[in-house]
Amino acid sequence: MSDTSSNPMREAIQSAISENPVILFMKGTPEAPACGFSARTVAVLESLDQPFAAVNILPDPMIRQELSGLSGWPTIPQLFVDGELVGGCDIVMEMYETGELQKLLGIDAAAPADVPAPPAANGEAAPLSIENLL
Amino acid sequence: MSVSPDELKDRIEAAIPGTRADVKGDGHHFEATVAGPAFAGLTRIAQHKLVYDVFGAELGDRIHALSLKITPTEA
Repeated sequence: MSDTSSNPMREAIQSAISENPVILFMKGTPEAPACGFSARTVAVLESLDQPFAAVNILPDPMIRQELSGLSGWPTIPQLFVDGELVGGCDIVMEMYETGELQKLLGIDAAAPADVPAPPAANGEAAPLSIENLL
Repeated sequence: MSVSPDELKDRIEAAIPGTRADVKGDGHHFEATVAGPAFAGLTRIAQHKLVYDVFGAELGDRIHALSLKITPTEA
């Protein structure tokens, strides 16, 4: 990762990942997801009452390009916990169903195994816009 | 440009030895159930990357979405 010094977008993404213990890069916002995979991932996090930062990758194609360059992961959404890529929608759903996600997030594993419906947004997890980081 | 589920199945099985893939899709969005010994001992991230790498930059482009269910099997 020696070629990041002259790349402000990649640096901003890296900082966002480092500074937010739970951060989701998605299409759209938690309130208005623009893709079913992003919506399902948000629904899982909200069902666990897990606060998370969210970055909408749609406003600027560079965000997605640099994010995937950084993570080596081609698709959106991408969930990072403690600076590490956890995965996309499939992996998050699988880990939710097995309780591994709850464990990773430090949540009591008494959560239901059913896939949750998207709950109403409670406004507590203020979405982070990548624009604010630049 | 549409992609057939059979094309994805054939490419996954050809690229990852010993793997069996079952792919459904509408030409843009696909769901694949993939099983093989190549996935044993890998993290979920690494398992998915193994399949993603078969398609490279086509993912998100001509293959809009590929949902994966991966099962490692005994060698």
